[in-house]
Amino acid sequence: MSEPISALNGATYTQGIAEISALDPIGMISIRGDLAAGYLKKPLKKIAGVDIPAMRGINMIGGKGIAWMSPDELLLICPYADVAANLEVLHKSIGSNHALAVNVSDARAVFRLKGAHIREVLAKLAPVDTSPDAFAPGMIRRTRLAQVPAAFWMVDGDTAELVCFRSVAQYVFDLLKTAAQPGSEVKYHSH
Amino acid sequence: MLILTCPNCGITAEETEFHAGGEAHLTRFGPGASDDDFEQYLFMRDNPKGVHFERWRHVYGCGKWFHAARDTMTLEIFGTYTAQTSTVPQNIIDKITDRRPDWQPPETA
Repeated sequence: MSEPISALNGATYTQGIAEISALDPIGMISIRGDLAAGYLKKPLKKIAGVDIPAMRGINMIGGKGIAWMSPDELLLICPYADVAANLEVLHKSIGSNHALAVNVSDARAVFRLKGAHIREVLAKLAPVDTSPDAFAPGMIRRTRLAQVPAAFWMVDGDTAELVCFRSVAQYVFDLLKTAAQPGSEVKYHSH
Repeated sequence: MLILTCPNCGITAEETEFHAGGEAHLTRFGPGASDDDFEQYLFMRDNPKGVHFERWRHVYGCGKWFHAARDTMTLEIFGTYTAQTSTVPQNIIDKITDRRPDWQPPETA
């Protein structure tokens, strides 16, 4: 079988005020349906090891987790190799109920931002209040990055992860590099 | 710049994260309707100076539709509310009359 390779094949940028790296492919399953239904709740808990997060929340433990995307949509995050098995579990549980689980791993690109200034790197590109009070670990924000849709969340105080469509991976990488170019600290969120 | 709060996901963001969907609370006239009704439904829109009800979509966020009440002149947002209604909720009407005591709620809002 061919090797799964991310859009930018692990490109990194370390010269700027934040370290930006394109991550290797991770597994992502888009789920739509009644989020309170047992046929979604139970298999998700089993697969991800976390509960379905509350509105705008993301629960992640060790590379696996669930993100709240909209009132009827979740994103299941898991290792790339586990997607097929997880999908089978989900499909079996959903059965004939009106819900949907689809593998979107190859439709996405994932970036990691690291450093003391990542909040302002993101704030330069998205119409989002990224202050520590308004945007903390455990929250996910679907928004736009300049001209394209993206979603990001804080892993910890100095790390954020970001997903966007694979077709705009180069554009998003260029955006992030520009927003993180040397000497461009705003120092709005302290530091 | 409008700052809207999406009632579906609770996010407050500026208008570039949303997309305007035109006048709200239209009554649909489809097959079997008179030509006049159909024309009204299809083409004729209010263009008030002042209080206006609009449909909006949180296009870069949760992707859901909702309704917003705003002033087209001052750009003041009175409130946003669910798209799953064909009438303006009372709490929105109260908020508008609070700010615009002379305003009359539309008869078939």
